[in-house]
Amino acid sequence: MTSHFLTRSLDRSATVFLTIVAAVGVLLPLLNLLLPDTSILHVPTYLMTLFGKYVCYAVLALSIDLIWGYCGILSLGHGAFFALGGYAMGMYLMRQIGPRGVYADPVLPDFMVFLNWKSLPWYWQGFDMFWFAALMVVLVPGVLAFCFGWLAFRSRVTGVYLSIITQAMTYALLLGFFRNDFGFGGNNGLTDFKDILGFNVQAEGTRAALFTLSCLALAVSFLICRAVVGSKLGKVLIAIRDAESRTRFLGYRVESYKLFVFTLSACIAGVAGALYVPQVGIINPSEFAPGNSIEAVIWVAVGGRGTLVGAALGAVVVNYAKTLFTSGMLAPYWLFMLGALFVLVTLLLPKGIVGTWNAWRDARQVTGLTDDTHSATFEDGAVKPHMAE
Amino acid sequence: MNALDTRKTSAMLYLDGVHVSFDGFHAINNLSMTIAPGEMRAIIGPNGAGKTTMMDIITGKTKPDSGDVLFDGVTDLTRLDETQIAELGIGRKFQKPTVFESQTVEDNLLLALNVDHRVRTTLFWQDSKADTERIGKILETIRLTNARHRLAGNLSHGQKQWLEIGMLLAQDPKLLLVDEPVAGMTDVETHQTAELLKTINRDKTVVVVEHDMTFIRELGVRVTCLHEGSVLAEGTIDQVSANERVIEVYLGR
Repeated sequence: MTSHFLTRSLDRSATVFLTIVAAVGVLLPLLNLLLPDTSILHVPTYLMTLFGKYVCYAVLALSIDLIWGYCGILSLGHGAFFALGGYAMGMYLMRQIGPRGVYADPVLPDFMVFLNWKSLPWYWQGFDMFWFAALMVVLVPGVLAFCFGWLAFRSRVTGVYLSIITQAMTYALLLGFFRNDFGFGGNNGLTDFKDILGFNVQAEGTRAALFTLSCLALAVSFLICRAVVGSKLGKVLIAIRDAESRTRFLGYRVESYKLFVFTLSACIAGVAGALYVPQVGIINPSEFAPGNSIEAVIWVAVGGRGTLVGAALGAVVVNYAKTLFTSGMLAPYWLFMLGALFVLVTLLLPKGIVGTWNAWRDARQVTGLTDDTHSATFEDGAVKPHMAE
Repeated sequence: MNALDTRKTSAMLYLDGVHVSFDGFHAINNLSMTIAPGEMRAIIGPNGAGKTTMMDIITGKTKPDSGDVLFDGVTDLTRLDETQIAELGIGRKFQKPTVFESQTVEDNLLLALNVDHRVRTTLFWQDSKADTERIGKILETIRLTNARHRLAGNLSHGQKQWLEIGMLLAQDPKLLLVDEPVAGMTDVETHQTAELLKTINRDKTVVVVEHDMTFIRELGVRVTCLHEGSVLAEGTIDQVSANERVIEVYLGR
């Protein structure tokens, strides 16, 4: 039943997407490792790591699209779950440094020695084991999302009010992680990583493996999201997005559905953060900055919300543009361009790149028919007011 | 659930001394009414008479300040929320047709089917032949068989109203609350809707709120006229429309 559950919703765009992800995930590392530096087709390591970062962002975008595009929950604090997953991985990587730190303490990370701490705080226990850290990568964001969602959805906090408290949540975490006595390296965060599972994080082979793993995570997250939105539960999510109160009168416990999808989404965001940290080599409190979460929402809007493929595409496209523009003379104007992009997409492409493409394709298919099935599919899903009187 | 020890009334729906006020405005004022099992009742009344608020109270959207609301003689509805009340078997059609516009007609009915609505069962739901057939039957009843795979948002206004009635049928409730089913319909559609409600009434209790007098006459059922949140008159349509106070309320004094 489960295999059927995972594969039943594979249509053409999903197949194309998965094929591209698989091809990139295999080819890029091969071109990096096997070809000599002199070859034109050689992919430099910095480029592969850069794309690895985009792929992690794409996974984060998927998790946002799952709740925003399909269930109408606009979270402006999803970066928090991403960062928590990242910190869990960072803690594992810190513990792997061992006596190779500047202060050469066999157990305590450098920043703790610097703060004159004598022993490891209780919440750092267990992070020397990879399986434990991997579990926490999913569990910590999941539990936070569950508690947060349980309180918010049960009290029927919706719309902009929910968005505002998600912002407050990530901001509170930002302030907390900035503090040295919080025990996560304060301002500087966690960095100077050496090994992951015994492999040097700087080595080309490790970087290639991390890139392939990120692509695998993207494919698996995509399949999970696809399975969820393709099931009857997916129809309930869309029903909640379009007419929440009506769904309640049909006998669905709306808060349970929101809680399920919000928690699942946070777990996916946590995995994205965990794969991001070893590739960029640092995790610090700035990952909790409210601006990061808002940027992630823009990726989804640009790509097309409620399409999954679009969310991933939007993350890659916007971040590639960011890399291009922030490295040249246009760098000081990047935020203005990002803002302009968001305004333009909202005005001209409200369905995003993939949403507009789908609408155009459907319109061509039904030319000559009276039935215009393409319209109104994903219009204003998230911002539509409640339809009950 | 909060079943009472003994059955207090034989009525399907029993309202007694219900009060609701919003910021000092008495929307419902000492409202008492009983609906017998299998009955169809029409509720009329000028704007602001409290018809929709009454529906809100029965379906758990609004909590009354005081008074009893009993369903099936044993269940106190004032202590339950919308989902629990829907699960008990009370279905509601809203004044403004509220269908899930971005989903197909078939999916709208699938969502409304009275099956286990918990998250896990919904996630691993498999369509069964029995459900498909049931949806097919409902589509026939509401005359939308040909629109099965169309988006609900692309239906005409009248078709949306029927789809919503179809969703009520899929819920298979004991009691149907139907708020203004013929608003904005053509004469033919109005007539067809009256026939449809009569068919439904063969095995279900129905409460209809409506302004359209021709429609109510066609239904030929007992009528309750509300005014300022309480019952003004009750009887056949002829009795009620001949009542001097009803005329006064409708024409202004």
